[in-house]
Amino acid sequence: MTAIYKNLLGGKQGVIGLALLAALIFLVLPMFLDIFRLNLVGKYLTYAFAAVSLVLIWGYGGILSLGQGVFFGLGGYCMAMFLKLEASSPENTAIQSTPGIPDFMDWNQLTQLPWFWEPFNSFPFTLFAILAVPGILAYIIGVAMFKRRVGGVYFSIITQAIAAILTILIVGQQGLTGGINGITDLKTLHGWDIRADSAKYLLYYINGGLLIGVILLSRFILSSKLGRLLLAMRDKEDRVRFSGYDVSNFKIFIFCVAAMISAVGGAMFTLQVGFMSPSFVGIVPSIEMVIFAAVGGRMSLIGAVYGALIVNFGKTYFSETFPELWLFLMGGLFIAVVMFFPNGLAGLYEKHGKRVMEKIKMLRSKPTPPVEKTLSGDNSSATARKAA
Amino acid sequence: MSSSTDFTLAIEDLTVSFDGFKAVDGLNLYVDQNELRVVIGPNGAGKTTVLDLICGKTKATTGSIKFKNHELTDLSEHQIVRAGVGRKFQTPSIYENLSVYENLEISYPAKRNVWGCLTFRRTAEIKERVREVAAEIFLEDLLDMEAGLLSHGQKQWLEIGMLLIQDPELLMLDEPVAGMSVKEREQTADLLNRICKGRSVIVIEHDMEFVKNIAHKVTVLHQGKILAEGSMDQVQNDERVIEVYLGH
Amino acid sequence: MGGYTLTELGSIFVMQGFAGLSLFSVLLLMALGLAIIFGQMGVINMAHGEFMTIGAYTTVMFSVLTEKFIPGFIDYYFPFAILVSFLIAFGIGYFVEFAMIRHLYKRPLDTLLATWGLSLIMQQIFRSAFGAREVSATLPEWLLGSFQPTESIDIPLNGMFVMGLTVLVTLGVFYFLFKSRWGLRVRATTQNRIMAGAVGINTRLVDRVSFALGCGIAGIAGAAFTTITSTGPTTGTLYIVDTFLVVVFGGAASLFGTIASAFSIAQAQSILEFFITGSMAKVLTLLTIIGILMLRPEGLFSIKVRK
Repeated sequence: MTAIYKNLLGGKQGVIGLALLAALIFLVLPMFLDIFRLNLVGKYLTYAFAAVSLVLIWGYGGILSLGQGVFFGLGGYCMAMFLKLEASSPENTAIQSTPGIPDFMDWNQLTQLPWFWEPFNSFPFTLFAILAVPGILAYIIGVAMFKRRVGGVYFSIITQAIAAILTILIVGQQGLTGGINGITDLKTLHGWDIRADSAKYLLYYINGGLLIGVILLSRFILSSKLGRLLLAMRDKEDRVRFSGYDVSNFKIFIFCVAAMISAVGGAMFTLQVGFMSPSFVGIVPSIEMVIFAAVGGRMSLIGAVYGALIVNFGKTYFSETFPELWLFLMGGLFIAVVMFFPNGLAGLYEKHGKRVMEKIKMLRSKPTPPVEKTLSGDNSSATARKAA
Repeated sequence: MSSSTDFTLAIEDLTVSFDGFKAVDGLNLYVDQNELRVVIGPNGAGKTTVLDLICGKTKATTGSIKFKNHELTDLSEHQIVRAGVGRKFQTPSIYENLSVYENLEISYPAKRNVWGCLTFRRTAEIKERVREVAAEIFLEDLLDMEAGLLSHGQKQWLEIGMLLIQDPELLMLDEPVAGMSVKEREQTADLLNRICKGRSVIVIEHDMEFVKNIAHKVTVLHQGKILAEGSMDQVQNDERVIEVYLGH
Repeated sequence: MGGYTLTELGSIFVMQGFAGLSLFSVLLLMALGLAIIFGQMGVINMAHGEFMTIGAYTTVMFSVLTEKFIPGFIDYYFPFAILVSFLIAFGIGYFVEFAMIRHLYKRPLDTLLATWGLSLIMQQIFRSAFGAREVSATLPEWLLGSFQPTESIDIPLNGMFVMGLTVLVTLGVFYFLFKSRWGLRVRATTQNRIMAGAVGINTRLVDRVSFALGCGIAGIAGAAFTTITSTGPTTGTLYIVDTFLVVVFGGAASLFGTIASAFSIAQAQSILEFFITGSMAKVLTLLTIIGILMLRPEGLFSIKVRK
């Protein structure tokens, strides 16, 4: 039980942080926002999945992937394909020259459903594919890169190239993928209308729940020996090899986990927003996901969620009122985070916020006897605390 | 087809060239079980390169390196480590962000794959072993300290500890006392004498006093080849060695 | 490929080959500046495309001003435009290195993010200053039209101009790096910063000049591109990934590598475009580059050193 308390929940600090976040997501926001705005927040929270995934691979693993949009998009497209097939039943598409296939295929003169669309008629398969397709792609990329010791900047540039390649492929194959407009006009999931307000509420809560679940899973990974190993690898990769570890396997593992987490976000995006397009797959959205993690704190899972929320709120607000200003701000944010607060808001809190909290505590409480330091055995909480 | 040998380490005709420059040139070196071999030589003689080649950091151009009759030249670094070879680097190479305890624990030779790390449990056995090794390297009171905050000498000891806990059969130390005070050198000499029992050890050093304290046999390298080999006395009195390295 | 006579095929071949060479010089011109910044200094400048755009907009401005105030000069403004493009891009690069880059040398991934932010800011400045639509420069007479050695071979003059300019710039870079005193300082600093400083080289200044030089060359590239295509605020982003791949593929530390890499990539893409659609050609080229990089992560040319 104490292991769960320390590792999964992150000790006292971790529990508080998680509880605050959960309260925000499940209680505060739904109380103050109308369904339209809440749906927007739900959208931001799907980006948070990608941001959390970056905490794992970038903050802890030192692997800067500029292509998380690829996995986000793949998850989203899988879900979109299922929903589109459902919306393209022969009754709904009776006016098409070929009923029973999605509208964009009809426009592109396809007469038959492409083979790789067929399995997406099944919801269980779709759920499986949302995890499997990005996972397998990440595995292939990981093996190809990490076994060959391609890392650092080279890896980042190649992930950018991969994002570009996928975007070009999707846009170019309009008949198969919906092209630049993506897959739109999604209506129902197993007959349940996802466009209705009640559905949006439910999906919002499911999304929030999944996000908390992902954070707990990540905490579990990071507080295990694997988490310590990631930190070690990030700072002294060679040394880890000489401690007898096959470094590439660990990188591949965490890269796959990050891919699958992003994919879940993408799938939830499709459900809540009702479409998926290549504009979430390419270089620009992928690097925006990095800024969410950077602003929130690349070493903090909860921080990354706040980062995603704050940056997206800012984007929506500024794009509406001061559109010219927004790109300046975002560019400035990149520079400011890198130069002045590399550990994001979470880092600032650790550094300054905590001091303030301690001072307040000290002023309120009576002097206490010095605390005994326990030896070694309780060290596990150190890394777990950091992971919060 | 490959020759079999009783030596713990048998290096034969080892050559590595960087863009034409032969850092190690047709080297033949044999280390016995439980032997402590010190390798000395002027800078650029190829000493560190030999260690790099053995532990897999650098790939040889030609030649063979056999450890307990296993060919090491086609293995990757972590496989060589798991075979029982441990290496300490010239500049202390420890995990600065982790505590002393965590540094040692990571080096513990068990559960070193992905699944093993995810399911790793801090058993009493492991805790005990870490404490044991920490005591050997004079750091048992500092287990909780962040490794980056240790002094230079303590970092060297920690790295030696990280090797010790792996229980290697061949231990390779690259300038283990560089940057240490006199007192620390004495402590380190003690430590090395203790841990070299029951293992083969290769030490690269420049401090002749220190070498005299620990060496069984000395090998002098020069320009990638062996210049002289023998006991400390023999080597110190060898004319070629004096000319090239020890001075008149 | 039926229906063409032998001479026609020959002409197509020449023109296709020329198209490949043209693409080669475009890639090389962009990659040269980046090869200095990334290859020599290890700095990732994601804003490199924007420095190119600076050169392009400068040239457009020149063209507009010349047309307005000294219309008779229209045939002569271009070389001045190129020079000024270089100077402005150089100057801005100099400032950027001073203000930002020099703090981030030990952190390449962070440099990547910071320069991406810079590119966003620069794009927005372009948008605010010049509008979101694309603009073009009015080209002088001698750049318009084409060279027709035979009836069926039609080689555009602006393409030849760009190639000629590329050759000049490449020679200039080689001369600078390998024959001049300053180039010696640059190479010394790259290979052993501490020793270079110890022998009295002002390494900070060298860094600044190297970075600014790379940006300046990007400016020249931008000026050259106005002869081929129009310019908008986001034009730089079209080329950035390709440029990086060219540099990385060639082996970041080697200028020869950059040339060889630009050549092979350009030829590969042109030839592929002949057989399959433009976007698939791009995808295939990118995939091949990545594939080769996996087999040989150091790029085409590299130097083996003991680290």
